[in-house]
Amino acid sequence: MDLQKLITKPKKSAKPQQAGDGLEVVGRSFSRVDGWEKIKGAAKYTDDLEFGPALLYAALVESPHAHARIKAIDTSSAEKVHGVVKVVTGRNFTQKFGLYMNDRYVFATDIVRFVGEQVAAVVATDPKIALRAAALVKVQYEELPAVMDAVKALEKDSPLVHPNLKDYTHVPWFFPKPGTNIAHWRKIRKGDLAKGFKDADLVLEDTYTVPRYAHCAIEPHSAIGLYDASGRLTMWTSSQSPFTQRHVFAETLKAFGLGHKDVRVISTYIGGGFGGKAGVTMEIIAAALAIAVPGRPVKLLWNRAQEFYNTYQRLGVTAKIKMGVTKAGKITALDFKLHWDAGAYVEYGANVVNAAGLSASGPYRVDNISVDSMCTYTNLPPCGAYRGFGYSEFLFGLESHITRMAVQLGLDPVEFRKKNAISEGDTLPYGAHMNPNGIRQAIEKVEKEIAWGVRQKSKDPTKAIGKALVCFWKSPAMPPNASSSAFLKFNEDGSINILVSGMEIGQGLLTVMAQIAGEVLALPVSKIRVETPDTDRNPYEWQTVGSHVTWGCGNAVKRAALEARERIFDLVQRVHCLDKSTLYLQDECVKCRTKPDFALPFRDFVINGIQAEDHTFKGGPIMGSGVFMPEFASAIGDPETGQGGHPNVHYTTGSAGIVLEVDRESGKMKILKVALAVDCGKAINPDLVKGQIVGGLMQGFATVLYEDMRYDGKGRLLNPNFSDYKIPTAMDMPGEVVPIIIEVPQPDGPFGARGVGEHTMIPCAPLIANAVADALGVRVKSMPVTKEKVALAVKAAAR
Amino acid sequence: MKTHRINFTLNGEKVALDVEPNDVLLDTLRGRLGIKSPKVGCDRGDCGTCTVLMNGRTVRSCLALAVEADGADLVTLEGANTRKWTQKLQKKFHEKNSFQCGFCAPGVILSATELLEKNPKPTTHDIKEAVAGNLCRCTGYEPIVEAIAETAKGN
Repeated sequence: MDLQKLITKPKKSAKPQQAGDGLEVVGRSFSRVDGWEKIKGAAKYTDDLEFGPALLYAALVESPHAHARIKAIDTSSAEKVHGVVKVVTGRNFTQKFGLYMNDRYVFATDIVRFVGEQVAAVVATDPKIALRAAALVKVQYEELPAVMDAVKALEKDSPLVHPNLKDYTHVPWFFPKPGTNIAHWRKIRKGDLAKGFKDADLVLEDTYTVPRYAHCAIEPHSAIGLYDASGRLTMWTSSQSPFTQRHVFAETLKAFGLGHKDVRVISTYIGGGFGGKAGVTMEIIAAALAIAVPGRPVKLLWNRAQEFYNTYQRLGVTAKIKMGVTKAGKITALDFKLHWDAGAYVEYGANVVNAAGLSASGPYRVDNISVDSMCTYTNLPPCGAYRGFGYSEFLFGLESHITRMAVQLGLDPVEFRKKNAISEGDTLPYGAHMNPNGIRQAIEKVEKEIAWGVRQKSKDPTKAIGKALVCFWKSPAMPPNASSSAFLKFNEDGSINILVSGMEIGQGLLTVMAQIAGEVLALPVSKIRVETPDTDRNPYEWQTVGSHVTWGCGNAVKRAALEARERIFDLVQRVHCLDKSTLYLQDECVKCRTKPDFALPFRDFVINGIQAEDHTFKGGPIMGSGVFMPEFASAIGDPETGQGGHPNVHYTTGSAGIVLEVDRESGKMKILKVALAVDCGKAINPDLVKGQIVGGLMQGFATVLYEDMRYDGKGRLLNPNFSDYKIPTAMDMPGEVVPIIIEVPQPDGPFGARGVGEHTMIPCAPLIANAVADALGVRVKSMPVTKEKVALAVKAAAR
Repeated sequence: MKTHRINFTLNGEKVALDVEPNDVLLDTLRGRLGIKSPKVGCDRGDCGTCTVLMNGRTVRSCLALAVEADGADLVTLEGANTRKWTQKLQKKFHEKNSFQCGFCAPGVILSATELLEKNPKPTTHDIKEAVAGNLCRCTGYEPIVEAIAETAKGN
């Protein structure tokens, strides 16, 4: 079988969505460039890499307490076990680290702050020996009072999780309150809130709660470190952020003489990320262990339980909403208080709180708004990025609240949303202006798809059918100077290699980058190779998070391709004396508008140059490089109002609708139909966008129908496995899923594209809650919306 | 610990190996035989990413001991790549972009191969049931289930 042929062949069903845009490669649903590797079992993930017989294995000693002082650590028995090479504690690794705030430790040294926190590690020749020896490390603890609840953590007599908060360094857009458990407090104040409430005909106030969730990538975290005799550290990590990891490793371990050039991070395919493999979590332990055992590779592989309790979890939130609306359905005021449980370390999670605080209005124009988004330390596991980055959490309350207010005023919830939906140029809560967007088209398409306004009756009298439509938006959450870069180089046969450090995390980045370069250089995708990064070889990318790489990394690749094209034109002009402005690329050739018979194939010159009349050669290998930084962004605004600055680069918007059947007695729910329309600006590969919609919806429905993290009173996670924390199987698929692509171009996006990865899971929770209310008249205000909660609400309403 | 000599067929080749009685089949395949398509996902039989075919039936190799493979015919995706139904499935999976991160793919493909080898005309319910033991967090299963159905129909 000719595999290359299969890769290039576009699918019959996937013609360009919009004809006449002149695009040949962009906008077509090619099969993934990493498809065969994965389907044949050839794709290598971090734990699949071989390191030979010198490889050592690590096992951890973990805290059994949520909050305790470490009195003593006795490693002597463990050290005596045959096969143990070293027992490592935090004594030699005192530098704190973090992405946005340095509050995390390589190993706990004085205080443990959550159950499962690493206190020591055993490095041994065999994983079984390492585990056995780790159990022999004796740690003496003095238990301290712990706080497990974000609201209680704000009380005056609450235990302090970080008494030294005032000494922690952090990004300038965080506002911690030393002496309390508040790690960051994002405030937004715009307009006149009091007047807004006075102008309202209805004011509704309520509280919505969202628990913590786990990413549940099927591949657990894995990291291998090698600190070689020459003093360089190589890390193989399952990561969404190889460059950010290199930076954190270099900064945290600089006491060992490591600079950035001495640290190399290699990331192969990763088995799902969803934000959980962004930043740095367990990888810093592997890096420290490598330093502790120079000359031998050390592997740290998380088990499924550790995957749940010692990476990042999604933050829990208690959301208090007070909203004012006129009879005509205009939102006049919004007072939104979000209390986030961010856990023991918030180096990444505090930016979730920040992002949610900036955008808590949802995709609506709200002139009078106050937001308090508060990041609170607790003695539960650390929280961080999770697909949606805070937006799923606040939209559950906001979109539930909006539907309730519309219904109470006798207004149609969909018309209500259309009336208030944000438009291009509208002022955002922090003062900047909204980008072009297709939210209204999205609402209209979804409304039609679910036949909004037509009440459906179940054939089974024990069941009721409800409908709902909600809106969503999200912006990439990133530092204002987060940048992307790309190298592109031609090969002898006219094919190219693209080097980027955006990660293929399943979303299809490699394919999309190939399509962008292919469009500029008139190359089929089959002649383009893009691979996962090695920080020594590939150029910089901040992180693959925030649904920003199609946009950011895509811009860099486009610029690299344009630069390569420019070099080709320069060369052809110089040697063939053809005016540059008349040249163009087509079918892997340089052609000329004024000389129809001129066609110079790439393979004839892209490496070995063009022979001039005097038999010398001109040119040389054709390469291109591209850099993209959003130079208009700024994170600095007034801390008291959030005004000023331009912290968000743009928003992707959309709408989703559902037809839900609910059993009147048991509360059991069945999704008959779901439609989701998202404005991705330009679908570089429509089939991959569809994949994000279908997969994201399932992950979203999982958080609202099945999943829930449960802790006991001592801060111990009770369900750190797939038997007790149920994620959906193929048996749980929704009835009909309708993906809808809207394309209102993003002016600064490659071919108009903007991101779409996270957005598709964001609307799920309010969809279910609102559809249950529509079907049975009961309102569930806490996630997950399980059948048990629905059944109890129905019983309570009948009383 | 006393070791046991086991003999089995792995992807068509004869293998003889000394194993400890508590060695797990998955670790033996990955660590000692370099067979990397079965993955470590949960180590307790929940996720299905370690799926292999033992005597034609799917087995979670994280729950099987290496000694249980004695005398068996073992096939992993590396070996199944030449089977008729596996190849048909792979072509369809590729065409439909059925996988994203790809970590569950080897297990899913073996479960689907077992299904079609036994039941070439499955209903949608049969298909969902056959892959229900293989967790996928990326795709929402739709492109996987559709690809299996289309393969069976010969589309």
